Amino acid sequence: MTEKTVLNATHRALGARMVDFGGWDMPINYGSQIEEHHAVRRDAGMFDVSHMTVIDLHGARTREFLRHLLANSVDKLKVTGKALYSCMLNEQGGVIDDLIVYFFDEAHFRLVVNASTRVKDLAWIERQAQAFGVEVKERPDFAMIAVQGPGARAKVLGLLHEVDRARIEKLGKFAAAAAQGPHGMPLFVARTGYTGEDGFEIIVPNEHAVALWEALATSGVAPAGLGARDTLRLEAGMNLYGQDMDETVSPWEANLGWTIALDEGRAFIGRAALEQQKATGVPRVMVGLVLDDKGVLRHGQKVLTANGEGEILSGSFAPTLNKAVAFARIPAGVAGDVRVDIRGREVPVRLVKYPFVRDGKPCEGI
Amino acid sequence: MSEIPGDLKFLKSHEWARAEDDGLVRVGISDHAQGQLGDLVYVELPEIGSAVKAGTGAAVVESVKAASDIYSPVSGEVVEVNELLNDKPETINEDAYGEGWIFLVRPSDRAELDELLDANEYEELVENDDH
Repeated sequence: MTEKTVLNATHRALGARMVDFGGWDMPINYGSQIEEHHAVRRDAGMFDVSHMTVIDLHGARTREFLRHLLANSVDKLKVTGKALYSCMLNEQGGVIDDLIVYFFDEAHFRLVVNASTRVKDLAWIERQAQAFGVEVKERPDFAMIAVQGPGARAKVLGLLHEVDRARIEKLGKFAAAAAQGPHGMPLFVARTGYTGEDGFEIIVPNEHAVALWEALATSGVAPAGLGARDTLRLEAGMNLYGQDMDETVSPWEANLGWTIALDEGRAFIGRAALEQQKATGVPRVMVGLVLDDKGVLRHGQKVLTANGEGEILSGSFAPTLNKAVAFARIPAGVAGDVRVDIRGREVPVRLVKYPFVRDGKPCEGI
Repeated sequence: MSEIPGDLKFLKSHEWARAEDDGLVRVGISDHAQGQLGDLVYVELPEIGSAVKAGTGAAVVESVKAASDIYSPVSGEVVEVNELLNDKPETINEDAYGEGWIFLVRPSDRAELDELLDANEYEELVENDDH
């Protein structure tokens, strides 16, 4: 049974091409994926991301529970509304999922996890939460709209109740706050995203989602599908769960070392495995590739290096760069000249540091 | 979706063939196919002079989403390719049945054209695809 977000009819009325995405009937584009990509880079676009799973955690020991559950340190969250990106690991140090955790108060945190991992995440979190007496409550009553691009914040601010505008305008990156939207609807506005552009991700009660979407459209925010979301996040150097990492991959091998907090005395799940991997080194690394020639890098293509073979994880044509880029996992060590097997042809590619694009512009060396 | 020109014949895999007055066969992909693929970003054209076989891969089109083999509807020799697609692959999105043609074949067996779907049959196939 395919699930539908509360905006499904809105997408269809806009003529969206719908696809199955992790069991959800979602818009891949509304016409041209490339134009939607550019709309986000140049001004403002919006994505229905209501398929993502919102989970509220309640209980006096919630922070203690999250210290145990997450590889990043929830103790970095000191101020109400502050958000943190983290991996949730298994005992072997493999990535069960990546997520964002929001801090409301000591007895209430919120997680936003991926749609495709919903069932296993909930089962894992509930199992781990028992020992801490933490209540795990999924919030299917919420929809979520990501508004992204250099013009995104101004367009959202214009829709907020005037008493909230100055406060939301001052919201720092990776921070969130409640605000009143059109007709007084209650919004949870977070300055986060998955595109490499500034903007907000807005959690809104289902019954107000269509009105919010329409108000945003009237303000000049372009609807954008999950296709554009994928090329935007790839250009921005952001991992996609299931493609760039999974339970067989350690964060060290997925360029997520920056999200691991080996703070003293915190026994989080997977820590022992991570420390051992850190000491011995991991056999594979994740790198960025650029194809200057014609062609497109794709998931699953073979990567040939001086140290042996690797493979393309996320790969696509990058509309901002007008050429193909990819993440690849290759053997650690000096890679030498790197080539990719595209339909039996060995094509030379450049190994680069990513992100490929930041704030609308190609990064240096791309 | 644009009207399917009545003079075209189709493979089930969404390539079209048009028998030109000079006996050559022009090949492209259907408007339905370009819509399914989304924005095209790269076309790998066959080489002029190469032999193609009916129902086998002769070219590749890549959209942002995926790469797709383009089968030749007829066997023969490639005599011309649409060089415009090297710089403007999106021409296929804009005009699949016209400016967005891909290659031109001198057919070795014109009877192969009779085995293709006509415009009505193809339209029916696409409608069933959509539901």
